Amino acid sequence: MNKTVKDVEEALAGIEDGATIAIGGFFAAGVPRTLLRALIDKGTKNLTLACGSGPLLGAKDELNLLVQNNQIGKVIDSYSLFRSATKGAQHPFEQKVRAGEIELEIYPMGTLCEKYRMAGAGIPACFMPVGAGSLVEESVITNIEEKRQKREIRVLNGQTCILEYALKPDFALVHASSGDHEGNLCYRKTAWNFNHVMAMAARVTIAEVENLVSPGDLKSESVHTPGIFVKRVVKVQRIKFDITAL
Amino acid sequence: MSQEIEDNSYVNLGIGIPTLVSNWLEGRDVMLQSEIGMLKTGSLAEGDAIDQDLINASCQPVLEMQGTVYFDICESFAMIRGGHVDVTVMGAFQVNQSGDFASWMNPSRGLNGVGNIGGSMDLAAGAKKLYIAMEHTANNGSPKVVRDLTYPATARKKVNKIFTDLAVIEVVPEGLLLKELFPGLSVDDLQSVTEPKLLIARDLKEIEL
Repeated sequence: MNKTVKDVEEALAGIEDGATIAIGGFFAAGVPRTLLRALIDKGTKNLTLACGSGPLLGAKDELNLLVQNNQIGKVIDSYSLFRSATKGAQHPFEQKVRAGEIELEIYPMGTLCEKYRMAGAGIPACFMPVGAGSLVEESVITNIEEKRQKREIRVLNGQTCILEYALKPDFALVHASSGDHEGNLCYRKTAWNFNHVMAMAARVTIAEVENLVSPGDLKSESVHTPGIFVKRVVKVQRIKFDITAL
Repeated sequence: MSQEIEDNSYVNLGIGIPTLVSNWLEGRDVMLQSEIGMLKTGSLAEGDAIDQDLINASCQPVLEMQGTVYFDICESFAMIRGGHVDVTVMGAFQVNQSGDFASWMNPSRGLNGVGNIGGSMDLAAGAKKLYIAMEHTANNGSPKVVRDLTYPATARKKVNKIFTDLAVIEVVPEGLLLKELFPGLSVDDLQSVTEPKLLIARDLKEIEL
């Protein structure tokens, strides 16, 4: 089996306007920057970017271009606004969220992890104790009022729990330090984060890898994402970037 | 606060003021869990020691230690939600006398009901001990220890202790118990910047600086 494609353009084949795309990474670490650049070049519009914890805050140049090109319809995330209110107020992404031109749907981070994991593991929904006593218990947290669907609640072992559904993206863009031709992936340090669970979740997972190796080169017991979860692998250069404060 | 954290504890430090606690934990037998997927998080990295694949949950470059381990995000939140972390330290906009706290959304930002939840609600839900580390008052001088939250809650009845620049306050069934006070400050001084009526610990002492 050979899942490698020749370039990032081929890697993104089939992504159309309106697609839901999971974006790996946690702030600056493990973000598939090269694939994001290719998505910007491709110009696909009305995208739902399904994130985990602010990969777009960690890749601000890419975020700015996506906003400038009007490519984002919606973002799903746990933390995607600038920590500083003054910085945020000036930022084009936040301005579009404030104006309702980009929909922003927010979940607790661990709940979001499980929404992806359930999608990958064939579980349609689960009851989550997280968010009880907060607005999360009442309705979906979004800046678009008519999208605030009421939550289903059940009390289990005396705990208020919220019904959370699996979240299955059409595509996932993930970043791995190493990968082989058959799609097995290994992440480096904290760049692991959401990349594995998003690779599990999506219908089509596209992995950019800094080191492309042959089957057998990765230590069999140390593979983080088995190749069965990955459809395409593309070799990219290791990009040096600054880790900037939020 | 670092004195309150026992040896052999697993500790998670939230974004902002809580990360400063790590400076005081160096050399202690305490392991820092970072929700990005790291156990035994080292101190902040600078200069050539910065590795772009190695940050904490506040997006700060950090160092590895002997025996650091990395894992997937679901596993990280299984540790957090599953009650495996001993002490969680978080910042907050407000805390009330029942141990409810608000940290995820500032309504005055005008963002139509969205904010940054991050891992705060998961951490609060799974915490064995939840400590809040914050300034005692907001920038405009208004109390952050309040009777009723005016910001949306992160979680309810979860806070065990509040550590501010002025005092250490324990949340007890009867209300808020003042345990420690900044040297030179009187109880009345503190009460004047604290909304709920404070209970005073019999062994009230000065904060050790």
